[in-house]
Amino acid sequence: MSESRASAFTPIAAGLATVAGVLALVEAMIHAGWINRFVVPLPSAVLASFGRVIAEENVLWRTLYTGMEALAAGVMAALVGGAIGALLTRRRVLRLATETWVAAIAAAPIVLIYPLFLVVFGRNASTIVMIGFVAGLPPVILKTVEGLSGTRRVLIDVGRSFKLTTVQEFWKIRFPAALPTIFVGFRLGIMFALINIVGVEYLINFGGLGQLVNELAERYDLPAMYAAIFFVVLVSVVFFLVTERVERWLASR
Amino acid sequence: MSAPALEVQDIVKRFSHGAETVTAVDRVSFSVAPGEVLAIIGPSGCGKSTLFNVIGGLIDGYDGRVLVEGETVAGPHAAIGMVFQDESTFPWRTVEDNVAFPLEIAGVAREERLRRAREYVSLVGLAGFERHHPAQLSGGMRQRVAIARTLASRPKILLMDEPFAALDEQTRFLLGDKVLQIQQQLKQTTLLVTHNIAEAVQLADRVLVMTYRPGRVKRIAKIALPRPRSSAVASGAEFGRYVAEIWSDLRDEASRGMQDDESHLKAG
Repeated sequence: MSESRASAFTPIAAGLATVAGVLALVEAMIHAGWINRFVVPLPSAVLASFGRVIAEENVLWRTLYTGMEALAAGVMAALVGGAIGALLTRRRVLRLATETWVAAIAAAPIVLIYPLFLVVFGRNASTIVMIGFVAGLPPVILKTVEGLSGTRRVLIDVGRSFKLTTVQEFWKIRFPAALPTIFVGFRLGIMFALINIVGVEYLINFGGLGQLVNELAERYDLPAMYAAIFFVVLVSVVFFLVTERVERWLASR
Repeated sequence: MSAPALEVQDIVKRFSHGAETVTAVDRVSFSVAPGEVLAIIGPSGCGKSTLFNVIGGLIDGYDGRVLVEGETVAGPHAAIGMVFQDESTFPWRTVEDNVAFPLEIAGVAREERLRRAREYVSLVGLAGFERHHPAQLSGGMRQRVAIARTLASRPKILLMDEPFAALDEQTRFLLGDKVLQIQQQLKQTTLLVTHNIAEAVQLADRVLVMTYRPGRVKRIAKIALPRPRSSAVASGAEFGRYVAEIWSDLRDEASRGMQDDESHLKAG
């Protein structure tokens, strides 16, 4: 193994070792009676329940279901939030009038308005996706505004010196310059969407992983419930890695 | 004598701050011959950068005219290529894609524009760095990428605003050499805005000295150092004489600028 490959794997190995260390510590504390095993299950029992959750609870399909809901909400938030962000960047008055409200919505517990969405969309995936979309929107808008309005003046001047049209200036300079900031917003948006999607699935007992977590909690099957939560984390990690790749790909265009 | 490549006629530029109007540039006129390097030097606040932006077409609302080969220009013009003081490479593009940028805007096919971009990358001495990103280069190398990008648009006049201001003295001299070499090769008409006397004398055929606010032409000094030139001229007595001569022109203006700054600080 070359030195660079070895050094690339070191952080991953260190991360896994840390997780293993923490789990071993929790296991030891539960065995010692410092943590109540009826509140926090043994990590070894959680690990042992993975096979059961996969075989009996259809968790892979549920992961895909929740993942698709989050993807749909995230893509909608990116498109609509990006467009609104671009508009607010161009219209200063509109920006000043709405930016504080958008920031306030970002901090609001959107999930609590699920009864309204149930009335509008019914007890189905549309309600879940729409709540994810609304939750994911504010960070995308705020970061798009921050990215587009933060483009360095000299880069705009370079564009002007080459007589770029307004459209060229946007796509060739403002957008790529803002891309890292926009993607921070997109990542935050998709995470907000995922949290709210799982939350609504839990509350209305419908859909993918949130519903599964609800059912397992109702059955008081704590090891399996924690195993299901692991799959929620897995969806989040996959989205993080995919958005990172998409950002790199877009930046190289 | 051939017609001037660039003529600046009676430029006056005023800025308004509330009720107060400040004249940044006042009746500035000069011309630059084809293939000539003219340096504009002056103390901070003399309107050098304003003049740069007026000639480059980045600001309007001024009196007077800017002519390129006899034709009045308004706004950014393809005949004028600008190199900025601040770091201006596109960090998301590789070196060759940065340099190919104006060709991309002009609609040149990808293969052709990359081929031409590589020529300019090589011209500024960065062959081998085509696929690097600006973050992987030093400040001096990034500024060379910016120069290559501007040259790739094949401007009739190269307009540079303190391109080496952020660099250390040694790098500045060496990049000056590179500019001299490129200028020699392309016979590029160049207008260099600077506050560095040694840089002006090293690179220019003539040096235009500006007064402190409002910026007026105080004197145009001819630099009769032989060409082809390099930074080696800096060790000669004649170079020192030109530097001293220009400094004696600038000294009073720079003092006025300093006093003005101090009085503003006291008042504010």
